[in-house]
Amino acid sequence: MKFEHYGKGIAKGMSVVISHLLRHPTVSQYPEQRLNISRRTRGNELVWSRERCTGCGTCAKTCHQGAIEIVTSTHPEDNKFRVEKYQVDTGYCIQCGLCVEACPYDALFMSYAFECAKYRRGELVQDMETMLEKPGRVASGYYHPELAGKLPRQTLLIEKIVEKR
Amino acid sequence: MALRTEPFVLNMGPVHPSTHGVFRMRATLDGEVVLDIEPVFGYLHRGVEKLAEQRTYTGFIPLTDRMDYLASMSNNLGYCLAVEKLAGVKIPERGEYLRVIMAELQRLASHLVAVGAFLNDCGAYFTPFLYMFREREKIVDLFEMVSGQRLTYNYMRIGGVSQDIPEEFLPAMDKFLATMPGFIDEIDRLLKENEILLARAKGVGVLSSENAIACGVSGPVLRSTGIKWDIRKADPYSIYDRFDFEIPTGEAGDCYDRYRVRVEEMRQSLHILNQARKDIPEGPVRADVSHLVRPPAGEVYGRIEAPKGELGFYLVSDNSIAPYRCHVRPPSLINLTPLREMVRGWKVQDLIIIFGSIDITMGEVDR
Amino acid sequence: MVLLDPAVNPELPNALPPDWPGDMLGISGFWWHWLIFTLIIIIFVLTMVMAVIYIERRGMARMQSRLGPNRTGPFGIFQPVADAVKVLLKENIVPGTADKLVHWLAPVVAFAPALLIFAVIPFGNGALLADLNIGILYVVAVSSVSTVGVFMAGWGSSNKYSLLGAMRNVAAVVSYEIPLVLAVVGVILIAGSLSMNQIVLAQDIPFILLQPLGFFLFFTAGCAEINRSPFDLMEADSEIVAGFHTEYSGMKFAMFYLVEYAEAVAVAAIITTLFLGGWRGPLLPPWFWFVIKVVAVFFLMVWTRSTLPRVRIDQLMAFAWKFLLPVALINLFVTAVQVLAWPDTLPWVVVPINFAVMAVLILLWAKIFYKVGWGRLEV
Repeated sequence: MKFEHYGKGIAKGMSVVISHLLRHPTVSQYPEQRLNISRRTRGNELVWSRERCTGCGTCAKTCHQGAIEIVTSTHPEDNKFRVEKYQVDTGYCIQCGLCVEACPYDALFMSYAFECAKYRRGELVQDMETMLEKPGRVASGYYHPELAGKLPRQTLLIEKIVEKR
Repeated sequence: MALRTEPFVLNMGPVHPSTHGVFRMRATLDGEVVLDIEPVFGYLHRGVEKLAEQRTYTGFIPLTDRMDYLASMSNNLGYCLAVEKLAGVKIPERGEYLRVIMAELQRLASHLVAVGAFLNDCGAYFTPFLYMFREREKIVDLFEMVSGQRLTYNYMRIGGVSQDIPEEFLPAMDKFLATMPGFIDEIDRLLKENEILLARAKGVGVLSSENAIACGVSGPVLRSTGIKWDIRKADPYSIYDRFDFEIPTGEAGDCYDRYRVRVEEMRQSLHILNQARKDIPEGPVRADVSHLVRPPAGEVYGRIEAPKGELGFYLVSDNSIAPYRCHVRPPSLINLTPLREMVRGWKVQDLIIIFGSIDITMGEVDR
Repeated sequence: MVLLDPAVNPELPNALPPDWPGDMLGISGFWWHWLIFTLIIIIFVLTMVMAVIYIERRGMARMQSRLGPNRTGPFGIFQPVADAVKVLLKENIVPGTADKLVHWLAPVVAFAPALLIFAVIPFGNGALLADLNIGILYVVAVSSVSTVGVFMAGWGSSNKYSLLGAMRNVAAVVSYEIPLVLAVVGVILIAGSLSMNQIVLAQDIPFILLQPLGFFLFFTAGCAEINRSPFDLMEADSEIVAGFHTEYSGMKFAMFYLVEYAEAVAVAAIITTLFLGGWRGPLLPPWFWFVIKVVAVFFLMVWTRSTLPRVRIDQLMAFAWKFLLPVALINLFVTAVQVLAWPDTLPWVVVPINFAVMAVLILLWAKIFYKVGWGRLEV
């Protein structure tokens, strides 16, 4: 006579749950402990390089959200465009990264930051000076593997907690 | 005086603790028994198909991410396959292998959410849900390492994959593949034979196989009724014909079988991942196709086996940089079609479970 | 089993007299006893509810591999206080079409029995508010009154969800009273008295060993009475937003929240008294043992809440009437036979026999229950 449904499944489930009491919880206490984000993170802001940008406007044409605005002026002396205004509205940006892929001169990078909250809608629009690379505004390695090597290693859950079963 | 009862209409509104997204059901109840439901959706409609006509082929890929936001890699893959079929692009070997690895990892992640949400609807107060999300966190970490974001990856491109994997990806994935089978066994120990779950889910919300085929249902819902139909085997795309895996099916087509089919599919995905991991060749990951690809004029219907069912993209091109028409066949919407028949006669609590076991994502249903 | 007559059994510990601490300030000891114990009960219930809320949140969190509250005070021990403050500061909203008097009275009617139960629970030998010689009968009678409060809440809210929840609650409580009482009768047969103090004194071996099936029945029926998982469909979040207390906010909601945990503590206290030996234990003071045992039983409740899915309403009723009731009757019959036929058998012989009876009964009856149908299916 086969016995089934007498509570064995419930007992097994309860033993699994109680064994979790003895394991380390998978929690990190933000903001005291910050985990490292990916080296290729597509952060909300962009990092722009004044030296390499030629004002070609490929990034603005690629961005389908219309977040990038470039105004250039011509100067016959040195036969180059001078970029008068380079503005990104990070409120429209969906962080797809297609502009970074499209730039032929490697002048645009995604930023390595994720705490980009602002108090006012107007502060989301970032102009040229804000977007230059500075110590507080690091470029991430998205589509630029040479930069990825310099950033810290990403914290992986599988390495923090490898459980024995 | 005879006792008179009358049915009343209960509105489980768009904002409800258990509907998976913004889905509204107006249920006509007689006491606790459901007589009829009227589903109302469209609360998340964003006009994705119209936007496709204004963006280039490559520019549409971020939008496909946001349709089924729990399985972005599969959406990307489906779209890119459709465009490559139209444009006749050949993908390098390493790109194909990376695509399969990402698609199978994504299937694991999506099924983890589906199983967790189903068990949560059954009432096991978040415990299985949090366990599944802990494992999903490991997968999402891998995806973050590769593409930079955790939900909308935008990783596949027309002609391959966007970037090559970093060197810490494969060791981390090996660690994950070593621990994951133990975790699936733990899920089984937790709730597979639980008598309360068996009493709640077995025999509830039965979908017959004739009804399933008549409604056009696909994915785990179809396989749980006993029909062995998987597009990876029936109409293979990418390099799935090189891998050896089985198609798990259920017998009764009830909620319990849908749950079991998803757990078994997770095991099969691990099997495919182990095979793919061994043979990754070196080489480029992306074919030399420009950003502004112009496929020749024509139409194509490309489909893949997304975690939720058959995801299809119907593209009409007129040789310009943007599609003339792009229509998406969302598996969640078509799987919702037999909901009314499945629910009649059951109780309110069963309505929630049946709806949860079909596993829909409203981003896909409404596009 | 043990003899309760102090003349025959000199090892019986000394009981607290019912007019402790004696006459003071011209008022008789009876009133002092009443006053001190009322204060003790109120403080005990409120403190234990806070402790129990904390244990549930931290315990359940650790079982779900996360931390519980840990920011309000060291290790989060002030979290229940923070909850209470938050709830007190909320606006008290009453629906326009609600029945005002019923809506207002419902939390009161639901809460009072939870406190009243503690009048007969012993914290030490004779240390209870009133050593009624019908102790356990009083407990069973009073605990049913809170259902009336719940139904008043459901009706007075003029909300379909609330009414559904309240009706489910009434059906469940009525069904589970019977196995609850039958499980208790087994204990009474062995102890020989209805008074809670005498039951504790009779437990040289804790009755959980002599009545394992009774413990299981009482625990299950008790969880169903107080709407705890797996029987919490009365307030299931995912189905009927919050059940009978959907329309309550502010202090009235706090009362319902308090009722739920106070009843959990009450059921845990009753289980401790009836099955685990109450305040008995070596070395530590009696009230400390009592608190430890209550916390242990509550931890068991938290554990089952974390693991088990919810049952459906007709499965709940089927489980009570078709599984628990016959098993309780058979348990009662077996216990009665043991007490009558072999009253002097060494307990160590009876314990394995009872465990064997429990195992056989559950295995066999599970098979019959499965055939009889796990709940009516109206299709």
